Amino acid sequence: MRYAMVIDTLKCVGCSDCVVACQTENNVPHGYCRDWITESVSGSYPNVELELKSERCNHCDNAPCVRCCPTGASHIVEGGVVLVTANECIGCGACIESCPYDARYQHPDGYVDKCTFCHHRLEKGQLPACVSVCPTKCMYFGDLDNPNSEVSQLLKNRKYKTLAPEAGTNPHVFYLI
Amino acid sequence: MTTSRRKFIKISALGLGGLATTSSAFNMFGVNSYLDAAVKENIAKKFVRSATYCEVCFWKCAAWAYTDENDDIKKIIGNEDDTHCNGRLCPRGTGGVGMYSDEDRLKTPLIRTTINGEETYREASWEEALDLIASKFKDIKEKYGPESFALLKHGSPGSHLEHLFKAYGSDTIAEPAYAQCRGPRETGFGLTFGSWIGSPEPTDIRDTKCLVLIGSHIGENMHNSQVQEMSDAIDNGATIITVDPRFSTAASKSKHWLAIKPATDIALLLSWMHVLIEEGLYNKDYVEQYTFGFDQLKEHVKPFTPEWAYGITTIKPEEIRKTAHIMAAAAPSVIVHPGRHVVWYGDDSQRERAIAILNGLLGSWGNRGGFYFKESLKVPKYPHPEYPEPRWGWKDIGKQYPFAEMGITSELVKATLPSEDNEYPIKAWMVAGTNLINTLPEREKTIEAINAVEFLVVIDTMPMEITGYADVVLPECTYLERYDGIRSATNRIPSIAVRVPAVKPKYDSKPAWWISKQIGERIGLGDYFDYNDFEEVIEWQLTKLGTSLDEMKKIGVKNFERTSGPLFLEEGQEYEFYTPSGKIEFYSQQLANKGFDPMPVYTRHPEPPQGFYRLNYGRSPMHTFSRTINNPNLNDLKSENTLWVNPKVARILGLKKNQEVWLKNQDDIVSTFSIKVRVTERVRWDSVYMYHGFGHNNKKLTRAFGKGVSDTELISQTVIDPLMGGTGLRGNFVSILTENPHKTSEI
Repeated sequence: MRYAMVIDTLKCVGCSDCVVACQTENNVPHGYCRDWITESVSGSYPNVELELKSERCNHCDNAPCVRCCPTGASHIVEGGVVLVTANECIGCGACIESCPYDARYQHPDGYVDKCTFCHHRLEKGQLPACVSVCPTKCMYFGDLDNPNSEVSQLLKNRKYKTLAPEAGTNPHVFYLI
Repeated sequence: MTTSRRKFIKISALGLGGLATTSSAFNMFGVNSYLDAAVKENIAKKFVRSATYCEVCFWKCAAWAYTDENDDIKKIIGNEDDTHCNGRLCPRGTGGVGMYSDEDRLKTPLIRTTINGEETYREASWEEALDLIASKFKDIKEKYGPESFALLKHGSPGSHLEHLFKAYGSDTIAEPAYAQCRGPRETGFGLTFGSWIGSPEPTDIRDTKCLVLIGSHIGENMHNSQVQEMSDAIDNGATIITVDPRFSTAASKSKHWLAIKPATDIALLLSWMHVLIEEGLYNKDYVEQYTFGFDQLKEHVKPFTPEWAYGITTIKPEEIRKTAHIMAAAAPSVIVHPGRHVVWYGDDSQRERAIAILNGLLGSWGNRGGFYFKESLKVPKYPHPEYPEPRWGWKDIGKQYPFAEMGITSELVKATLPSEDNEYPIKAWMVAGTNLINTLPEREKTIEAINAVEFLVVIDTMPMEITGYADVVLPECTYLERYDGIRSATNRIPSIAVRVPAVKPKYDSKPAWWISKQIGERIGLGDYFDYNDFEEVIEWQLTKLGTSLDEMKKIGVKNFERTSGPLFLEEGQEYEFYTPSGKIEFYSQQLANKGFDPMPVYTRHPEPPQGFYRLNYGRSPMHTFSRTINNPNLNDLKSENTLWVNPKVARILGLKKNQEVWLKNQDDIVSTFSIKVRVTERVRWDSVYMYHGFGHNNKKLTRAFGKGVSDTELISQTVIDPLMGGTGLRGNFVSILTENPHKTSEI
């Protein structure tokens, strides 16, 4: 089992529904977020290109945040999901600094928080909140170990990229381009 | 430009405690070591779900509101059986939770009073406020007749109050959603096809081969099922053609973006017709069978060559030809979209006519991948006595606009201004669910009218600007806290949805149906409100429709079979359109009879003078007009607007990214607040762009106050659509000020 998320940038409109759905699903306090939208514009008028995409923790195989955590609060569970045990986290912030995706933040209650791929929903056979709500259906989620899964098929048949590949983290959020 | 995550995070003192909220214990991998005790307790909580439909915008998606055991609404999820959302709400619907939790909400009735010579509000009981309103209803009726009391409204509360007003004898009713938004397209399409577009638009986007957007920014307007279908169309390989002076999100998804010079759309549309007809590419069988006036149209568009249009629109002739060929190849599976907010330059009904005619030439109306025949279910009327016949109403006030089919809010405002020869004097207003200050152009005129009314009562959930002008303010509870009318949708299939309160009204707020009934009973109209609770009305209607409130509470949405026939025309099917000729009218005798151009013509519109830029505005996907800016969840996503400026302009004016600037329009109106510059290649050098709805100036909106600039306050010029009275809003020009014009000089 290896969970992955695949996001189709050709369909994403950057509406931020994934952001607010995550906030209400996971009780993320106002002013913070576990996922977010980026917008990149290139070219010059009228030959312009725009890429919108939803970003979050990349649930890396080689996760710097897990390596640098002094207490073991940051850890990887089955399926490759990177999690933080809140009551083991001392809030030192080393993981925040180490993450090339800027995916972690300090929760007002003192621990470090981030995307869990909605681990609690996966257990019930549900998709992560962001994926389940996206109006453009540009987000896909599934098991990369299964060659027939939607995510495996998409990565087989479409052009894609990952973020900050140079960091060598082996991220598991993929962007169709 | 890349938005960094750091920018998004704002340090906040509002920690909410616990983190995960789910409804079952967590034991996916046996050991849940990472969860602490508090979290375990939290996720063990049970949610209860209640059926509702969203009121954050007019799309009205059916949804489930989830409440926890403390009766707190935790999340809202789309109803999977609903054709408006297919189980997926947009950000505003998902963030609807913030409409309920917003601590800035109106909490009690307020009555204007004077203390030590200063006007202020005092809290009042419902009893007192309603008694006062009832006495004013009686006063106005006695002094001027009931017609002089006007209702200006939007959304679900409006329909309850409309019932009150009609029972009282006033049909002086209007909503800005008509003459300040979609009115012209209903006129343009009505004159051509004999049918309004209506809402949701009957566009078969998911099955189209070619979608043409004329300034319509689907994806930034989150009209939910339409956004979803555009995404399906992308998956299906449809060609999208976007005509927009700005590189919109939709433009970025398009194979062809035509970066048109603002205010020249009709020239492009005429030229497309020219190419289709001259090259014989139009849908000949369809035109032959279903249309009227083709020969006149052919003659009419003869001079409008792509070379002619190039000089006006700045779009190259080969681009015009190529895109016309693409449309023709896809026809009849093509949609030239009517758009929604279409009050631009004053000739908007005629532009919509041009769009409609183009669809007629392509044969898209009534064909798969074009426009489908919509159907809705008629909800039986709960019995009440006949309404009295008013002596005059919205129709009379707008009589100089022969094709107006709804009240024109801006004309009602004019009828409120004191004048000797006013046949239809309006003396009092009730404003419900619409913030006229940020909705209507020419703010000065609106305020002048407000100053002239003898009585103004405002019903809203939030302390919008308009509430500050009221004599009485009534706090309405949100859609999550009330019953409302049954939502009957016009769609591919008929469906109904119910709204059931998920929680009790917060603070001392009340539903609009209750407010209407209370006022009605106080002015002797009790017979019109023959129920104790609106629940009884819905129950009665649902039984008539073959279901029940109990059933609807469980399913939220019920879909029905079509009874009006197929979605599309059968090949060669006889079909009569609801026009005078029974055909699709390329040539409109109705227009000719009233002295208007029977076929659309291009007129040149004013261009920005030197040092000025055309003010364009549009929707941000996470907000609805100005009404959601203070919503804590949605404000978190976007709290202020920016001024989009082309890099060339920025270089000339020496503007830097995020620099604060002020705007001054052609009438010397200066923006109240500043706005940050966004230097971007997505906008032309002759115009600037901003998201609509920001720049609130009511301090009671603690999150929204002073954030960004209100486009509306800079729209002091309008060009009125002579057909239906729409207010063209896009002929305003601004200059950019880098020094604070409001700074008082130090002595």
